This record gives sequence, C-alpha cells and structure tokens, in this order.
Amino acid sequence: MVQFSLPKNSKITKGKTWPKPEGATNVRAFHIYRWNEEDGQNPRVDTYFLDMDTCGPMILDALIKIKNEIDPTLTFRRSCREGICGSCAMNIDGINTLACIYGLDEVKGDVKIYPLPHMPVVKDLIPDLTHFYAQHASIMPWLETKTNRPAKEWKQSIEDRKKLDGLYECVMCASCSTSCPSYWWNGDRYLGPAALLHAYRWIIDSRDEATGERLDELEDPFKLYRCHTIMNCTNTCPKGLNPAKAIAEIKKMMVERVV
Amino acid sequence: MAAYEFETHEYDVVVVGAGGAGLRATLGMAEQGLRTACVTKVFPTRSHTVAAQGGIAASLGNMGPDSWQWHMYDTVKGSDWLGDTDAMEYLAREAPKAVYELEHYGVPFSRTEEGKIYQRPFGGHTTEFGEGPPVQRTCAAADRTGHAILHTLYGQSVKNNAEFFIEYFAIDLLMSDDGECQGVLCWKLDDGTFHVFNAKMTVLATGGYGRAYFSATSAHTCTGDGGGMVMRAGLPMQDMEFVQFHPTGIYGSGCLITEGARGEGGYLTNAEGERFMERYAPTYKDLAPRDYVSRSMTMEIREGRGVGAEGDHIFLNLNHLPAEALAERLPGISESARIFAGVDVTKEPIPVLPTVHYNMGGIPTNYWGEVLNPTADNPTAVVPGLMAVGEAGCASVHGANRLGSNSLIDLVVFGRASAIRAGAVVDPTTAVPTAPAAQIQKSFDRFDGLRHAKGAIPTADLRLDMQKTMQRDAAVFRTAKTMAEGVDAMTAIAGKMTDLKVTDTTLVWNSDLMETLELTNLMPSALTTIVSAEARKESRGAHAHEDFAERDDENWRVHTVARVDAAGTSVDLSYRPVIADPLTTEDEGGISLQKIAPKARTF
Ligand SMILES: Cc1cc2nc3c(=O)[nH]c(=O)nc-3n(C[C@H](O)[C@H](O)[C@H](O)COP(=O)(O)OP(=O)(O)OC[C@H]3O[C@@H](n4cnc5c(N)ncnc54)[C@H](O)[C@@H]3O)c2cc1C
Ligand code: SF4
Ligand code: FES
Repeated sequence: MVQFSLPKNSKITKGKTWPKPEGATNVRAFHIYRWNEEDGQNPRVDTYFLDMDTCGPMILDALIKIKNEIDPTLTFRRSCREGICGSCAMNIDGINTLACIYGLDEVKGDVKIYPLPHMPVVKDLIPDLTHFYAQHASIMPWLETKTNRPAKEWKQSIEDRKKLDGLYECVMCASCSTSCPSYWWNGDRYLGPAALLHAYRWIIDSRDEATGERLDELEDPFKLYRCHTIMNCTNTCPKGLNPAKAIAEIKKMMVERVV
Repeated sequence: MAAYEFETHEYDVVVVGAGGAGLRATLGMAEQGLRTACVTKVFPTRSHTVAAQGGIAASLGNMGPDSWQWHMYDTVKGSDWLGDTDAMEYLAREAPKAVYELEHYGVPFSRTEEGKIYQRPFGGHTTEFGEGPPVQRTCAAADRTGHAILHTLYGQSVKNNAEFFIEYFAIDLLMSDDGECQGVLCWKLDDGTFHVFNAKMTVLATGGYGRAYFSATSAHTCTGDGGGMVMRAGLPMQDMEFVQFHPTGIYGSGCLITEGARGEGGYLTNAEGERFMERYAPTYKDLAPRDYVSRSMTMEIREGRGVGAEGDHIFLNLNHLPAEALAERLPGISESARIFAGVDVTKEPIPVLPTVHYNMGGIPTNYWGEVLNPTADNPTAVVPGLMAVGEAGCASVHGANRLGSNSLIDLVVFGRASAIRAGAVVDPTTAVPTAPAAQIQKSFDRFDGLRHAKGAIPTADLRLDMQKTMQRDAAVFRTAKTMAEGVDAMTAIAGKMTDLKVTDTTLVWNSDLMETLELTNLMPSALTTIVSAEARKESRGAHAHEDFAERDDENWRVHTVARVDAAGTSVDLSYRPVIADPLTTEDEGGISLQKIAPKARTF
C-alpha cells in the first residue's frame, strides 16, 4: 500500500502559552498560528490571553492588542481597519473572513486564528497571494472598447449601471477562492470565484465591447468549468457578494451563445 | 558597519506608492516612453485611496450649470487664501478631462437619468463665485468612489504592463553629493532582500500621515513615509500645521461617514435636537467647509450641548431620507454605521465626532509635482530628480483647508502632470545615475540600528505617546498654551527615538521593524506639525488659534517651511510667499483677480 504522510516540517505543534493579564476578570484565549521560515521550526499554535474589558470590538483589535502589548513578533496584514482594503483576510474560527469587520462577539469561546487555507504561508497569518493576483490580472480587468472614445463620458443607463452592483465592490481579499475545494485541488488552472466574479463584472458592463473575447478566454475545461457550485464562496464572502451567481451567469452566457 | 547585500535595478523613473496618485503617475510615465518601476508597501488596491467614499470634484455640469472658474473660486476660498493660485487654476481646469479619462478607463460611476456621470453636492462647492446656491460637482460611484477609481486604475496599469514591485518598503532616498535624488533603497518584505532602485526621477506618492494622531479616519499604513524620507535627506516640509478634522468620523472607531451623507440631505443635531449648523452657517448650513463644521461641532460640545452619556459627540441624522436613496447612494456607510456604531441608519442617528482626516501640508512642490527646496533668494528652487504627488505633496491646492472631493481629483490631475513634466525633463537615452555607495551604506546603518534596537521603549508605546500628545495639543481648537506644551512634549517624545526597543530581528515580513521604520517617519511629521502650529499667530482654515482668532493676511499669508535637524528633535522654520498669480489672465479666459482677492470667509 502506498504510504501517504505529510513532510515532517508541516506538522503543527503546540507553541508557547503566554501569561494571563494580571487582575483581569474578563479574559479570553486566542490560539494563533505561527510560522516563520527563518527559525527553521515547524509551524505552531501560540496561546495568548487578553483582557476583554480593554479590547476593541473586532478580531483585528485583538490582534493589534496582542502585537502592541504582548508579542511584537506576531505578523499579519492590515491597513484600512474598515473592511474596504481586503488586507486582513484570515481564517477565524473556521471561517475565511476579514478580521477588521468580524466581531469578537461572533465567536463563541476561545478564538482560533489561522492563515487563509491552502495557500503558501510567508509568515504567521500572511499568505502568498502572487498566484491569486496573477489570475485576477489574466481576466483583463479593464474596460475594452473599440468604437472611438466620446469627448465626454460613455453613456450608461441607471439600469445598466445597476448590473455592476454586487460585483465591483469586491475587495480582492481571497476569502472566497481559498474556501473553495475545487480551487484547493485545481487552483493552478481553475481561476477561482474571485477572478471569475471580476471577469463577469467586465463582461456585463454595457460599455465594454469585448464580450466575445472575454468568453472565448474562459471557454476552457479548467478556468471556468471546475466550479461545481459548492457555494462556499458566496457563504464566506465578508462583503456579502455572490461569486457563485456570477459564475453561473457566465456559464449561462456560454450556453446561450452556442445556441 | 552593517553589511547587507542588495540587488540593483535601473529605471528612468521610480514611483514610490500605488494609491491614486502613484498609479496615475506610473501610467503617465509609461505613456511618455519612460521605463518606470512602481514600488509599494501594500498591494496597489489596498492603498488608502480605496477608502475614499464621497467622490471626485470636476465641473462637468451634468446636474446644472457649472464652470471651472467657479470650481477654482471655491478652492481658493476653501484654502482660506493659502493655496498657490497657479496650482489651483491647473486643478480646476484639468479636472473635467481627468474625470472623463477615468470613466473611459472603466470607473463604474453612478448615473443620471440621461446616462451621464452622477454628481452630488459637497461642502464648499458653490455657483456664481460663491454668490449662488450650492452646486452638484462631486462625481460619485455610490459611496465607494475611491474603491472604484483605485481598482480601475490598477486594472489599467495591468493592461499597460506596468512594472510593480509589491510589498517593497522604501527606506530612504538616495541623494547625490550635490543634492540630486538618484533613487531609493527598498526592503522586499516577502523574502527579506534589499533593492536599490537607481533612477533619473523619483516620485513620492506615499500618502498622508494621519496615524500621527490617536483617532484618524486614515488607514494604519498612512505613516508619512515620503515626508520622513524627505526630511532625512535634509529637505523641508510645508504647511504642516494644517491638519483637516473631518466632521463625521464614527464616535469610537474613527471610521469615516462621507460628507456625501450631508450632500444627500443628512444633517447634524445637538443634545437639544437642534440643527445647529443653521445658526453657524445660515447659507450653506451642514454643507459649509469642513474646518467650519468641525469647529461648530466642537463649540456645541464645549458649551454642553453634546449628545451621549458623556455629552462628548454629535448626531448625524439620515433616517428622514428614503430607504431606497440610502441603499442606492450610501450603501457603504450604511454598512459601516451598522458594523462600527451598531446603528440602523434608516431608523437612528449616527454618533459622530470631528476626526483627523487629511494633511494639507506635505512635501512642497510646484504644480508639475517637482519638489521644492526654497531658499531666501529662490522660494521655488527645484530639487533635481525628485517629485511628490498626492496627499504626500503640497502643491499647494488645498492651502489651509481642503474641500471635500478635491483630493481624489488632485491625485489624478497632478499624477498626470508629473508624468508630462518628467517627459520633458527626463531623457530616456542617457545613462541612469548610480547612487553613491556611501548613501546606501548610511541607510543600511540606520536600518540595522533599528533592527537591533535594544532600548527601553517598545515601538507601540512610543507611537501611542506621540498619538495621544498630538490629539491633545494639536487639535481642532488650539491655544498658545496648549501648543507650547505640545512642542515641549513632542520634543521630549522625539528624543526617545534613540531608546526604542525592537523585538523581532528577522528579515522576512518583520512587521515589528516595519512599524518602527514607519515611526521614524511619523515622528518628524508630528514634530513639524506642532512646531509649525505653535509659530503661526493667526487663525486660518484648519488652524484655529483661540488667542489669535482672526486671519492676518499682512503677516501670515505665507507658507510655513519646516526642516528637522539630523537628531530629529529640533525644527527650523522659515516662510515662503504664496503664489498669487493664476496661470492665465482674465483676457486669456482666466479668472478675474478681483474675484479671488482675499476677503473674509463667511458661509
Ligand atoms: C476615509 C477617507 C475617505 C476619503 N474620501 C475622499 C473623497 O470622497 N474624496 C476625496 O477627494 N478625497 C477623499 N479622501 C482623501 C483621499 O482619499 C486621500 O487623500 C488620497 O486617497 C490619498 O491618495 P495618495 O495616492 O496620495 O496616497 P494613498 O492612497 O494613501 O497611497 C499611498 C501609497 O504609498 C505607498 N507607500 C507608502 N509608504 C511607502 C513606503 N515606505 N514604501 C513603499 N510604498 C509606500 C502605499 O503602499 C500606497 O500604495 C478620503 C480619505 C479618507 C481617509
Ligand atoms: S468576492 Fe468577496 S470573498 Fe471573494 S475576493 Fe471579493 S470580497 Fe473577497
Ligand atoms: S484592514 Fe482593510 S479590510 Fe481589514
């Protein structure tokens, strides 16, 4: 029988347990994934305790408090702290989401925080998103027009503009793609929900004149058709968007243009 | 001496920053046929421009009559006559073209019934040179305009194969012995390597320094890195005392509620339920400029009419607006109010407070984005090889107070202008200069010193001291006493930079060290702000001095020029004249000088 085993250095070990804050009565435990390539150690899970009476309401507030007051080496991405830049996506209590708009009160008991699943880790909670970005770039994320540009704006009706709602708001956090089993297995060739949502955003833009080319690009057994409507993407999107629906719309357009 | 290896890159132009300003400059540089690198500490679409909500100003006239001259007048008045007139004319004139260009790139603007770009009212934007009613000039993509613009500019950069260096942190400028900028040293976060970018032109598009304060609408990454690099190179900053407090940051979190909320009909009330702005600004009411509204709110709170258990904030009411209008035009802030204030905007008012929002001051430039190093005989002397655009720069179009929606337009107009200028002054056929080895070594020594800093004060603690001090002593209302105390306190805090403690000594994504490098940029920004403020003995725009309540054009219609010494603890101030001449005369179709002559600023 073939023996499958994970490489030795990928086993997650129990890490350091930091002291509890003194005199605090409202204490909560945070179990956080740690790894950095420079110390040559296996990944581990460190445990921190915070006084909830002096902590802000969001998961990101807790991470920043740990970094500022307990362990400055804890590393994660963050910028806007209001759910618009997409930097702070991570796996919180089993859910891919944005730490800055995910309330501490949404988690019961101890808080477990891991990087986005199935991505190479750069350090601690920071995944390598190079491939994810390349996939977004590959769907031609720009307005392609052929007619001569007008002196003023391209006209677009209020109804046509409405078709972009629920699409253009994507913050490219990668929560959806990294929650998708098809993407885990075929992420090298399947574009994943985020890139496909963007593809649809440009296909459906009434000003765009490259719909045919865009659909041609996606006509491929892997890029589009590895979506098996598992719906994890839509369930996890912290911005309330529906990538699964966008993918379904593209598939529908593919069928329609054949008949 | 610290020994670090590095890789060398050669470009005609290196742009530092990939927000709205950096991306527009990068696109333009490539159009000019210049080999351009864009380095950025965050992935482009994560730059702070993404958070801009309300919109971008341009006199398209889609909703009613408008003209660039009216836009210019409002900008001049908004600046409280501290803006440079040539730059303000350039901004207002070029604005419509820049917005149409963004639309052609694909920005999903909201639309009017005729399918044109939708424009909303914003504070301080009027008709008939301030004599007429408010104008709808602010072009909007719902309340996510910055997001829509930044993502579109990024897509356009991808289309044009822009060369990005993502999550590269710029540490220092590399200056030649005779004062020319020859590039920048960067640290690549994801593998811990170092990179020298040699270039004929370096463009700083690094954004503002809101995080010098405790409560700001700005992102954690707004740390004034461009200004820090400039000050370390011995070059000055300009008008740092002018810090804009936005009237409506959410009480507690500081997250912004766009002025567009008032543009769409929202209004402020105090504890008595009074719409007090009608009393302070009978004509423009809740849409008076930001400095004015923030001051009025602070007055209400100080006179005991604040809301809440502590009486320390104000209500913003939107619940009278139709739910459909809120859903169509203000969906983003409806979500933010729910998440950060627990408020359903269709039913309850939002608790708000004036919150640090924008830095009018920055790296002094002319309207082409070329960095200035003013001397007594030449107040507009240019630093060869160096430009600054966006919030990092000070052209100065916003003077003492920026009008809402005038920043996004500033990013694209001056991003483009810098590229046009670079096309004229950079010769792509000549050899790229090699930055002096001593400069590179000096920067590595600084880096290494911080990496192994073993003092007593963790970075986060000193940063908090600075932020609390600035919040207390360089606030909406300023007195001679608070500012003098602020100067002493900030000088002492800046003096502790030599006693920092850094815990993480790794090189891959060492965010402890990165935050420390950022603190070395925030600290001189904060210090120049408080010192410049203490020295300005008048009230103008965002600088409201209780002991000198009037504007004093005779003595103070001048730009403050601030330089920090090598130790980073003492600031030297000088002044340069405001540019009063527009680009074109009235005969050539320009604005009448009489129209923009200084007068009292009432609303
Ligand atoms: C919440 C909010 C809402 C706003 N709404 C509006 C609005 O509706 N209308 C309007 O006109 N203005 C608005 N503004 C103001 C406006 O958004 C900003 O002034 C503007 O976006 C700044 O753009 P920028 O390109 O100069 O810098 P940023 O967008 O801040 O980008 C800075 C760039 O520099 C890079 N960088 C910084 N330091 C380094 C370094 N050391 N090394 C490498 N890279 C570095 C960053 O990675 C980033 O790419 C708003 C501001 C805020 C805070
Ligand atoms: S669709 Fe949602 S989850 Fe996916 S990248 Fe965009 S914002 Fe994130
Ligand atoms: S920090 Fe920007 S989305 Fe969380």
